[in-house]
Amino acid sequence: MTLLDFARGPALEIAFAVFALGVPWRLLSLLLLPWAKDRSVARANAPSALVGAASGFVRHLWPPKAYRRSALFPTINSYVFHIGLAIIVFGFAQHILFLHGLFGVTWPNLPAGLIAVVSVITLASLIAALVRRLTSPVLKLLSTFNDYFSWLVTFLPVVTGLVAVSHLWAPYETLLAVHILTVALFLIWFPFGKLMHSFLVFLTRSETGILYGRRGVEI
Amino acid sequence: MDDRETIGELLARRGVSRRALLKYTSYLASLLALPPMASQAMADALAKTRRQSVIWLSFQECTGCTESLTRSFNPTIEDMIFDIISLDYQETLMAASGTAAEAARLTAMAANKGKYIVVVDGSVSTKDGGVYSTNAGKTNLEVLKETAQDALAVISVGTCAAFGGIPHARPNPTGAEPVSQIITDKPVINISGCPPIPEAMAGTIAYLVTFNKLPDLDHLNRPRAFFGDSIHDRCYRRPFYDRGLFAKGFDDEGARRGWCLYEVGCKGPVTHNACATLKWNGGVSFPIQSGHGCLGCSEPNFWDKGGFYTPLASSTATNSEVIAGAAAVGAAVGAASAWLTRRRRDKAREQTPS
Repeated sequence: MTLLDFARGPALEIAFAVFALGVPWRLLSLLLLPWAKDRSVARANAPSALVGAASGFVRHLWPPKAYRRSALFPTINSYVFHIGLAIIVFGFAQHILFLHGLFGVTWPNLPAGLIAVVSVITLASLIAALVRRLTSPVLKLLSTFNDYFSWLVTFLPVVTGLVAVSHLWAPYETLLAVHILTVALFLIWFPFGKLMHSFLVFLTRSETGILYGRRGVEI
Repeated sequence: MDDRETIGELLARRGVSRRALLKYTSYLASLLALPPMASQAMADALAKTRRQSVIWLSFQECTGCTESLTRSFNPTIEDMIFDIISLDYQETLMAASGTAAEAARLTAMAANKGKYIVVVDGSVSTKDGGVYSTNAGKTNLEVLKETAQDALAVISVGTCAAFGGIPHARPNPTGAEPVSQIITDKPVINISGCPPIPEAMAGTIAYLVTFNKLPDLDHLNRPRAFFGDSIHDRCYRRPFYDRGLFAKGFDDEGARRGWCLYEVGCKGPVTHNACATLKWNGGVSFPIQSGHGCLGCSEPNFWDKGGFYTPLASSTATNSEVIAGAAAVGAAVGAASAWLTRRRRDKAREQTPS
């Protein structure tokens, strides 16, 4: 069995299985916990939980004026690499083929040249996020292995994918295998690290939105 | 024919001029990516060399490799290759049959001990002592071991001999193995392909005869001159791949416009062969030019790589039961974890004095 055979077969199978095991584990262990009843008196004209959650989610898409100066760069940078990753994952022809094989749905791809440009921008953005984490004294203190490793498993598929598409340094079959293995690593780490925010962000921001919508006084 | 006759003398007797020999060797030199001066050296060396004794063994195969070599549209090369070698045993081509044929093999082995080349096409059955493929009362396994014992080198022609090929495909009922798994004490050159390109076979044999050494080989023992580049690297449809323009089927607009066949399963990016440069039928075409993706036939286990029409980007992990099972286990563990937390809270409440 070649490295590519291993990557396309057993490695991805194990990664899918770990991902499929970990995500419901994390989600259900949170969602089935007892919900603490908010005993505070709701403020006048408090929105319903659903509206509070939605408005809280929308409000947090952009930093408030008071924090804008310090939060503007990380916010924009985060948007850049998140949108970049989405374009790469859902716009590149080979990735659409991969997803088609899994879910049976397909859609038109973006030009490969555009994906290459987006990949380079995404890489630069991810590096900027790491540099900020390493240079900001506060962020550095708050960062743990989880932050750095989650960054690494996100960075590796992008860089190995770009190298594979460019056919640099090694035979394509090796580059493709390494790229798929990094994706497998990403999937395995996903449920157990901070990458789980892809799901949990909807819970946390909704919870905060509900809380802010109910408490305090009407402004 | 006098066995001591050199190739030069033979060609002269047949009326082949030195100019024709130089044309042939310059063609071979360019095929093998040798420097221009090598053609002169090859012509001189070939003229002075005695014809190389070759014993061709056919095992679990379809004769496609022999067809490829003999049905070439470039007869000068193949005529020439049969002039520079003495094909002492080849079941498909030889006139002799039965015990006379076997005698020819044994005679050639005895007369050229340590100097003859063994060419093998077809994989070797090894299961149950190799009884699934026999010839003249002997298993292929026995004949290969016996013949290769005093050989100078072994050339595995075709993917079956080189890597096991189709007989080696799952579930491999005959225990088919490539020659290199059985012959480990002699140099083995693999000229893979289903079938291999005639020029790759002819060029490699000519190189061995001329220089009396092995050509530069890759990690799978294939001559780099023919297997150094991937089909994809030399494919004329590559610009469409780079631009992300793919045929989605064999009769859509993309297919008619000659776009890249990656999405319909082309294995060109991971296949090393010279199809895209030397092509077939005298340089007329090759599979991708004819509108079909590369099957990857010159690579090991090409038959078992997830389907000819499955794109290379797709996962070959198809065991959805495992993934569904993992999801069910994950959900159960998550629910159990939440239940334990609830129970812990309830116990704590009970113990807390009100």
